[in-house]
Amino acid sequence: MLLDVENVTKTFGAAEERIEVLRGVSLSLDAGETLALTGESGSGKSTLLHLIGGLDHPDSGSIRLDGTEVTTLDDAGRARLRRDQVGVVFQQFNLIPSLRVADNISFQARLAGRSDPDWNATLAGRLGLSSQLSKYPEQLSGGQQQRVAIGRTLAAKPPLILADEPTGNLDEATADAVLDAMLTLVRETRSALLIVTHSGHVAARMDRQIHLAKGRIAS
Amino acid sequence: MNVKALAVAICLAAPATGQGFAGLGTEVDGFSVPQPNPTFDFPADHGAHPDYRIEWWYITANLDGADGVEYGLQWTLFRSALAPEDGTGWETPQLWMGHAAITTPTDHFVAERLGRGGVGQAGVTADPFDAWIDDWSLSGPDFDTLRMTAAGADFAYEVDLTATGPLVFQGDRGFSVKSSEGQASYYYSQPFFEVAGTLTLPEGEVAVTGSAWLDREWSSQPLGGDQTGWDWFSLSFDTGERMMGFLLHEGEDTSYTSATWIEPDGSATPYPNGAFAAEPLTITDVGGRDVPTQWQVRLPDRGVDVTVTAMNPQAWMETSVPYWEGPVHIEGSHTGRGYLEMTGYE
Amino acid sequence: MMRAGLQALLSHWTRNPLQLFTLLAGLALATALWSGVQAINAEARASYDAAAQTLGEARYAQLRRADGSPIPQQTYIDLRRAGWLVSPVLEGRAQIGAVDLRIAGIDPLTAPPGVGTIALTNGEIGDFLTGAGQLFATPDTIARIGETPDLTFLPTDGVAPDLAITDIGIAQSLLNAEGEITRLVVIPAQPLGRPPLEQIAPDLVLTAPQNDTDMAQLTDSFHLNLTAFGLLSFAVGIFIVNGAIGLAFEQRRQMFRTLRATGLPLRNLIGLLAAELILFALVAGTIGMALGYLIAAALLPDVAATLRGLYGADIAGTLTFRGGWFVSGLVIALGGTALASIGAMSKLARLPILAAGQGRAWAMVSSARLRIQAIVSVALLLAAAGIAAFGSGLIAGFSLLGALLIGGALALPVILDLLLSVGERIAKSVTAQWFWADTRQQLPGLSLALMALLLAMAANIGVSTMVSSFRLTFIGFLDQRLASEIYVSTETAEGGRLLEEFATEHADAVLPILSAETDLAGLPGTVFGARDHATYRDNWTFLSSTATPWEAVHAGTGILLNEQTARKRELSVGDPLTIGEATFPITGIYGDYGNPTGQAILSEETFRDLFPEAEATRFGLRTSDPEALQETLIYDFGLDASAIIDQAGIKAISLDVFERTFSVTTALNILTLAVAGFAILMSLLTLAGMRLPQLAPVWAQGLTRRALGRYELIRALLLAALTTLVAIPLGIVLAWALLAIVNVEAFGWKLPMYLFPLLYLRLTLLACLAAALAALWPARKLARTPAAHLLKVFSNER
Repeated sequence: MLLDVENVTKTFGAAEERIEVLRGVSLSLDAGETLALTGESGSGKSTLLHLIGGLDHPDSGSIRLDGTEVTTLDDAGRARLRRDQVGVVFQQFNLIPSLRVADNISFQARLAGRSDPDWNATLAGRLGLSSQLSKYPEQLSGGQQQRVAIGRTLAAKPPLILADEPTGNLDEATADAVLDAMLTLVRETRSALLIVTHSGHVAARMDRQIHLAKGRIAS
Repeated sequence: MNVKALAVAICLAAPATGQGFAGLGTEVDGFSVPQPNPTFDFPADHGAHPDYRIEWWYITANLDGADGVEYGLQWTLFRSALAPEDGTGWETPQLWMGHAAITTPTDHFVAERLGRGGVGQAGVTADPFDAWIDDWSLSGPDFDTLRMTAAGADFAYEVDLTATGPLVFQGDRGFSVKSSEGQASYYYSQPFFEVAGTLTLPEGEVAVTGSAWLDREWSSQPLGGDQTGWDWFSLSFDTGERMMGFLLHEGEDTSYTSATWIEPDGSATPYPNGAFAAEPLTITDVGGRDVPTQWQVRLPDRGVDVTVTAMNPQAWMETSVPYWEGPVHIEGSHTGRGYLEMTGYE
Repeated sequence: MMRAGLQALLSHWTRNPLQLFTLLAGLALATALWSGVQAINAEARASYDAAAQTLGEARYAQLRRADGSPIPQQTYIDLRRAGWLVSPVLEGRAQIGAVDLRIAGIDPLTAPPGVGTIALTNGEIGDFLTGAGQLFATPDTIARIGETPDLTFLPTDGVAPDLAITDIGIAQSLLNAEGEITRLVVIPAQPLGRPPLEQIAPDLVLTAPQNDTDMAQLTDSFHLNLTAFGLLSFAVGIFIVNGAIGLAFEQRRQMFRTLRATGLPLRNLIGLLAAELILFALVAGTIGMALGYLIAAALLPDVAATLRGLYGADIAGTLTFRGGWFVSGLVIALGGTALASIGAMSKLARLPILAAGQGRAWAMVSSARLRIQAIVSVALLLAAAGIAAFGSGLIAGFSLLGALLIGGALALPVILDLLLSVGERIAKSVTAQWFWADTRQQLPGLSLALMALLLAMAANIGVSTMVSSFRLTFIGFLDQRLASEIYVSTETAEGGRLLEEFATEHADAVLPILSAETDLAGLPGTVFGARDHATYRDNWTFLSSTATPWEAVHAGTGILLNEQTARKRELSVGDPLTIGEATFPITGIYGDYGNPTGQAILSEETFRDLFPEAEATRFGLRTSDPEALQETLIYDFGLDASAIIDQAGIKAISLDVFERTFSVTTALNILTLAVAGFAILMSLLTLAGMRLPQLAPVWAQGLTRRALGRYELIRALLLAALTTLVAIPLGIVLAWALLAIVNVEAFGWKLPMYLFPLLYLRLTLLACLAAALAALWPARKLARTPAAHLLKVFSNER
């Protein structure tokens, strides 16, 4: 099993303003498996994704990624986890504005020390970015920016890819194209994918779906 | 240092001005006050009286030059005491001011000197007579035979004065009342000086002859508090008679007048307030001030009704305390020459 | 409508208190440094005026005894009675209360206008004249004197510190000088028929009025330094204010549009914004004036010490509050605000109501703008070079400084952009590559602050180089001028002859200092007669000379001239110079710093031929044992110890003066760098909010927040260090312009320039320290940003 989440809770705010975002969530994911996490706005699905990716840490519960307990890692350990084992695609602001497209794609792979120029070029070609490599992110359209983000995630071939509404800011046609490219490449690299979405259409294309409501798994 | 403050101090002003012209109407404090029925002691009384606040030796002369031009001459030494004390050293409270002038029909040359008593810069001794400030002096073996010198940056003179008549005592035997409130001064004149000497002017030296009039006056509060100036006439008629008359300004329209009629032999008749009258006929702009330079002067008791006209209307004394002083011509019932002094027109 | 509009505008500041603080603090600091320096200058100038007015007799001719002894009072009376209009002055020192008071006694009745001018409005002339004991002094001096039962001190402005003016009678008794007079002032208009002086007082000598001894002229170079500092600090402050106003404008763009869309006319909107800025300027100006007053009060004692030591100018060590200064400070604050807001206001005037809401970040500078900046900068620097080559006059000198500084400042972002792109290209690791790229991206937002740092650094380097060069030159000059081990003076010429006789037996060499006032190529000046001695040949250096300048002088076939006269009259070596009846070729031109008047040197023999009446009362003595010679002079010859000055003592005093000058310079260095550091801090804090979207992806991909914070700090240091790379050459050029152009135009002498690498290193470290301190807080803040803040960047949903 690649990912094992057990009874995770997370609360934001303090005193009377406290919001219990996650109230004991458990789930697991096998290597190469794709899973859709759906739910209403505020159901806690993005938070769960952040916890798994080591971007934030839970109040209680356990998250094991490839046998490593994520919840006990310190700041540096979590940074290492993000760098080496996880690839993240968010709804927006995925890219480093001061770097060119080519450098954005290879950034994380180079950080992790496993950059492969041939694979980077392949990725760029498959994502239709070959002619955009020397441009800066702000010169690209939204769909192109998300493709770069996906390329960046896959360049390092991480065991787990986390995606938070990766097509949420795109129109339907563009979203479909981006999603197609992503699913194809994920399957080729045998990475597992956990995707947060509120679109049933997107969710249906995953191996499995889990619905989150009021901080708990609903079905 | 404020020259005005200094000048006012010299002319006896105590702290607040507005007390008559140049502070001459200020209250007396510790100084002697002139009393009626004076007895003079000469030559001592030709000298200084440090226990009185103000005193002067005042000479004016009407002269004819060898060049045919008429000249006026003035030499004045004022003494002013800050306290009724005398002595030597810088702290002596006797201050001195000298004014000298030559008036020609077209020019008016003025010089002024200030000095301290007590250190020898200025003073008056009675016997032999010597009155001086810096290089200016009026001196001689006696009061009838005097040499008078003065110099400024652009003029100088040196003349000899010889008296041809006696001293004349003004007012009541030398007690000259200046206001209806009783302010008075000791006042005598020598109107019978013959003059000969040399003037130095920018154009060169000129030999001159003529006549001069000397006034001696001392007091401690010669003016009333509301008297703001005066017009003083010393007139020498071609007949050999002399007349002194003054008009003290009291407010807008009122005035206090006094006059003395002097016979050629020196016998004098004083006239009380009201007997003498003087009215301005012509007003001249003198450096922005309105100054009467032609007068109708009357002393009906002696049949005097004359027009007195300034020889040079611009005879303004631009000194620390400014005033008008210059020679005049007399026409009408009598003819002759004289001097006019006007204060309070600043 | 207007009130609602103003409310809306002001609400921006309550939501952005930091921005408000930046605006107010920038303006306050700018006003503070400027007004502080102005206060110091004003205080010093007022003191010079007072000194000049006190006994402003220098512009009158004067009479003294040739041997310097007092004039008997009877001589004064004799002169007056002869028609010489002179006025007595008695001067001396007496311990009065707690003060060693300089007392000047005058006679107000004979003094010419302008001598001993004091306000007598609160005193009574009678008391002044009649020995009642009135003395006039500044309130400060009176306070320090304390209780004096027999004397009445009256406060007045316009009197030099530690000086009391009183009647000559009182002065004579206070100074135990009955019947004595120090000198007589000669009134310009004298009466006709005055006999010659020899007939009345043959022992008195007449000195001509001096028109050129204006203390302000001597000390102008010092004040120029201060003013330059003040002006540059002000410029730096205005940069900060400009940044803050620009940012507030961009952030309120949406609000302006809404206000205008709801019916507020553009004119009213501009009026409201102007009102808002005037309010801020007044508040910040007032705070700045208070700060400026504190700065001036803190620096003034050192400034006073410097001026006293360097130029002998007495200024009070305490500050007087002047209303005019306060008002001018506020005007400067308002003017500065206006200057800083011109850009934003003109943009507002051209803003269409329905423009697209999305604009580029406020400080993003396109490469096109960078290119324009580069062109303007090059044009300005070329203009500066042109002025340096062909310009003349003080105005040209200051234009040169202006063109240099603005050109340099505009070039900075261009140069930094270039350097950073090179760094990016040669970076090996991915983090380094990102660091360079990211730094380059920050450049537009930081460039105003960096320009401020550049100006502060360049000014510091320029002024420090100038002051240090002046110091080195001056020390060298002192070595040249003070070659003798001991300097002695006598009161009389007779004493001088005896001393020379005595000293010849005891010293290795006696060098009389013979001088006379004369006309030098149409300028008033002093000519000296120098004895033929190796001291001069060995120690004097010339700016230009023939091969053997001294030999020619001693052969009577040459003359030496000081630099300022040579420059004023465009004379050079070989040109003829006439002294009295004789003409000599100039064989050498020498530096003569700090002296406003002309000076020339002849041999002793030639001098005595031309000025037979001049006698030496001052001597330089060469000896290998100065202490023994001093003792011999005091015990065997009977010379007063105060008449002997040893060379080491003078040099120690001069060096102390320079240390004081340096403490003022250093204090201003630190203040201007602090202002620049503040500018950096404010820019970084402003940028911090915008930086999260740039940093969050890096964090998400595996960098810790701590590492990001560390990079922020390194970035600030790197930018500061790169800025100093530009600042050092700019500062050196600035120093050159000050020394070689402005000094020559202002004072007539060119100072050689020396470089001080250690000084620049120290300034560089100081600048980096300022930048690091400024970056520390934003970096710490970044290192401690909660993850939630970073995550918020990526989505609108939790």
